[in-house]
Amino acid sequence: MAVAMAQARSLRVRHARSAVGVVSTALCAGAAAAALLLILGYVVREGAASISIPFLTQVPHPVGIPGGGVANAIAGTGITVAIATLMAAPIGVLTGVYLAMYGRGAFASSIRFLSDVLAGVPSIAIGLFAYVVLVAPFKHFSAVSGSFAFAVLMLPVIIRTTEEAIRSVPVTIREGALALGLPVYATTVRVVIPAARAAIVTGLLLSIARVTGETAPLLFTAFGSQFWELNPRNPMAQLPLQIFNYAISPYPLWHEQAWGGALVLIVVVLVLNALARVALRSRTSR
Amino acid sequence: MTSIDAPTSTIPDEPGATRAAKAQLSVRGIGASYRKRPAIRNVSLDFKPRTVTALIGPSGCGKTTLLRCLNRIHEVTRGATVEGVVELEGQNIYAPGVDPVAVRRRIGMVFQRPNPFPTMSILDNVVAGLRLVGECRTRSAKLEVAERTLRLAALWDEVKDKLDRSGLSLSGGQQQRLCIARALATEPEVLLMDEPASALDPISTAKIEDLMTTLAERYAIIVVTHNMQQAARVSQETAFMLAGEEAVGELIEFGPTAELFTRPKDRRTEDYITGRFG
Repeated sequence: MAVAMAQARSLRVRHARSAVGVVSTALCAGAAAAALLLILGYVVREGAASISIPFLTQVPHPVGIPGGGVANAIAGTGITVAIATLMAAPIGVLTGVYLAMYGRGAFASSIRFLSDVLAGVPSIAIGLFAYVVLVAPFKHFSAVSGSFAFAVLMLPVIIRTTEEAIRSVPVTIREGALALGLPVYATTVRVVIPAARAAIVTGLLLSIARVTGETAPLLFTAFGSQFWELNPRNPMAQLPLQIFNYAISPYPLWHEQAWGGALVLIVVVLVLNALARVALRSRTSR
Repeated sequence: MTSIDAPTSTIPDEPGATRAAKAQLSVRGIGASYRKRPAIRNVSLDFKPRTVTALIGPSGCGKTTLLRCLNRIHEVTRGATVEGVVELEGQNIYAPGVDPVAVRRRIGMVFQRPNPFPTMSILDNVVAGLRLVGECRTRSAKLEVAERTLRLAALWDEVKDKLDRSGLSLSGGQQQRLCIARALATEPEVLLMDEPASALDPISTAKIEDLMTTLAERYAIIVVTHNMQQAARVSQETAFMLAGEEAVGELIEFGPTAELFTRPKDRRTEDYITGRFG
């Protein structure tokens, strides 16, 4: 009898604990989601009015003249990020492959450590580094120096996700290829890496999404521009810089356009993140 | 063709068939370790051509380790080492200068869990062992190999209309037969099977067992199994292994399956097959 009562009591205690756990975690999850939705909703409310065909297709108008858009900034961000991806993707993916396949020794450990440290370096410091290396010696701001800063920011993300992606390929797949009499090279390049491809692409897209919204590394590299500029060796308009410059300006029209630019930027990053999810999910379909 | 060495075959002769018929795998004093911890010790036995040999024994007795030594896949595991001699047609596959890649082409392997390459179609899976070393480039060459090996693996009729679908679209039993076809495509002389049916349902298991019997008309088959009924059904020879002192696996008894199951010579074999342990 006493045993049964003790059991019933401990069951009640457990249920109570469980309920507290469920409620508190659900509340926190709700708070996190609410913060995201509030930001999104506010940007949409403030920015939606600015979005129009001219806004997306025109370059900025001089102060005081209504209209004008951020087309040059969208193009500039696209070019800068694309060049950064071309720089970072091959190095990052190959480093990740190396760490996953051969990464046991002291050399690999130090690469992994440096990559983790790099992931924690403030982006403005990386911008300064790009300035010292690619701007100061030429006495000329350029989009490509911004791309370089972006590439440095992307590297740790790509390295880490590629290593994880390769490691998550089951050892039975690798052994299956080796057991067929395939050399290690063919096993790695034709079987293991393709099996990890979706996750590697996901990592690339996430690294792109991560730098697309970066502002600090561009301040003294790509610098920004009010004009159409497609040559990466020259200063180039950048969406985050444009938002920054408009937001700190004293003109109400520019404030509205800053919100519009922010909305465009958020949509681009959201689309990139969505693509990353699709890429990961399409792995097993077909 | 009256010699006892030429069993009547239901399969027409194929390239590699004569080679396979003569295949003879001998193990001399094999020992294997993982990170200096021995897993098997001093195993010696001869595998006959055109014969199914079953490796049985309780979990941890080293039968899978022994199997993995036979195609030099054991050494792929980090910290794994092998000593002793494995002779394929008189040639030691562990001799210095022997390329493990060449060994693995001659000794195929099927794993416990079906492991089709996830990004490849059924067709590309079958020919992967040829295609990825630069052979079998044209679609017609691929189809020829695929039809031959998929028929051998008793899968052709089920997949012939969807060769371009992903290998993962098949059921587990079909995937395992796909892996068998893939292993046969490189025309090995010996086929190693590591509990090939343990992850499958009874119907798929029966198909795999039938397949072993058919394939034994051409290949030496060495199969690890937990299932003694399966060993009795499919094999002509059986090796019983047991982990002795220090949990190191040793070969206890080896002989014709019928004899080993009905008149075991060793007390430990008798205990195992009568279900007293393991």
